[in-house]
Amino acid sequence: MNPPLIRFTDVNKRFGPLTVLDRFNFAVQPGEKVTLIGPSGSGKSTVLRILMTLEPFQEGTLTLGDLSYHEPNGRGPFMASDKHLRDLRKNVGMVFQSFNLFPHMSVLRNIVEAPIAVLDMRRDAAEARALELLRLVGLLDKRDQFPSQLSGGQQQRVAIARAMAMRPRVLLFDEPTSALDPQLVGEVLGVIRTLAHEHDLTMLLVTHEMRFAREISDRVCFFAAGRIVEQGTPERIFSSPEQPRTQEFLKSVLTGQG
Amino acid sequence: MTWVHDLAILTRGAGITAIIAVISTLLGAAIAFIVGVARVEGGPVVARIALFYIEFMRGTPLLVKLFWLYYALPLIGVSLDPFTTGIVGLSLNIGAYGAEVVRGGLQSVPDVQIEAARALNFSRRYTLLHITLPQTVIEMMPAFGNLAVQNLKDTALVSLISIADLTFRAQQLRNITLDSARIYTLTLLGYFVMALVLSAVMRFLEHKARRGAAFPRGMQQ
Repeated sequence: MNPPLIRFTDVNKRFGPLTVLDRFNFAVQPGEKVTLIGPSGSGKSTVLRILMTLEPFQEGTLTLGDLSYHEPNGRGPFMASDKHLRDLRKNVGMVFQSFNLFPHMSVLRNIVEAPIAVLDMRRDAAEARALELLRLVGLLDKRDQFPSQLSGGQQQRVAIARAMAMRPRVLLFDEPTSALDPQLVGEVLGVIRTLAHEHDLTMLLVTHEMRFAREISDRVCFFAAGRIVEQGTPERIFSSPEQPRTQEFLKSVLTGQG
Repeated sequence: MTWVHDLAILTRGAGITAIIAVISTLLGAAIAFIVGVARVEGGPVVARIALFYIEFMRGTPLLVKLFWLYYALPLIGVSLDPFTTGIVGLSLNIGAYGAEVVRGGLQSVPDVQIEAARALNFSRRYTLLHITLPQTVIEMMPAFGNLAVQNLKDTALVSLISIADLTFRAQQLRNITLDSARIYTLTLLGYFVMALVLSAVMRFLEHKARRGAAFPRGMQQ
């Protein structure tokens, strides 16, 4: 087996007195598609937010490739310099529950802004790549619209294109369809399904769409109280969960989804 | 004949008032952005200095600050001419109020916008200049409009450090003509007209900005 791309070792994450991740261990292989499921507050989103350097953690180690999230002489809550955090972020992209497109920029500019400003790409190259991505998400005709003129599903598809424009090795999806009207969920899942076919892209997905998780994941991890209680192939987790907590959770969400 | 004569003198004063108001408002806006950004983005030391500046300027009378700049500052070796003194005093004063507007505007940008910028690996500086400030600058404009009008009215105090502005000219004329009612009525109208023009300019700028492609919220519905 290859060395893992991402490795959490005994990571503790607390918000004040509340322990969100409790001696958390987790490894992800390059190119793996992993879905994180579990009740809210169990730490799934926190795993993504730590990987994106949006949240610091207090103890333990986290590595991405050969980069460690904490520097030996690092200071501040992240125990790392700003430059080091930016080196880490080069590898990671994130799609948020609430899309978070920049409201004052057109669709095209939302996508090309970071490649030009951060990766020093030439504008024509960045735009060519953006148009390719807009075609992939099926929104080529919306390039000059503003986010406020798009539906939630369309905004989320632009947000996915925007994240992909930075060519991340790891793409994080934090409940990407939870804020959407039910009839818009399908179009966003369709785009994620397309990306799941990209062999080199490592994907971590937090979702409540169990059928979709089953379809696209290599591995499903069930979270409870800041730890992974059970993990395995989607077939095993969904067909024959071993832990009572997993069984209970799946029963509650699957009856809800009909 | 006296009407024409009086109006000519008051108009000359109003010209000075307008020049001082415009220059000090623009400088004040520059101060507002620097101090407001320092308050939000500066480290603990810089943010505290910015806060002290704001509190000091808001907690002291403008008239006393003008007197201090005009009479006390030369005693420690810095002499400014009255015009410069007036501009400096007004700018520092209105800049502090503007800094609070800038701070409020920056803090009104949702945190998730900053997280999205971080996820795309923008630098802090780029995030400020291209993501957060542009989103909020239009929302700041009505408050800036109010401050500009307040600053225009505050300029009347510079007449007390011997600048020949509208109020100064009014005092002069009144001392000569002793016709307080006429002179002060004209003076009030003079300030009022200038304030109306200033408000109209600010509203026009805001309207233009909202219609611009860079800001779609005004286009919704």
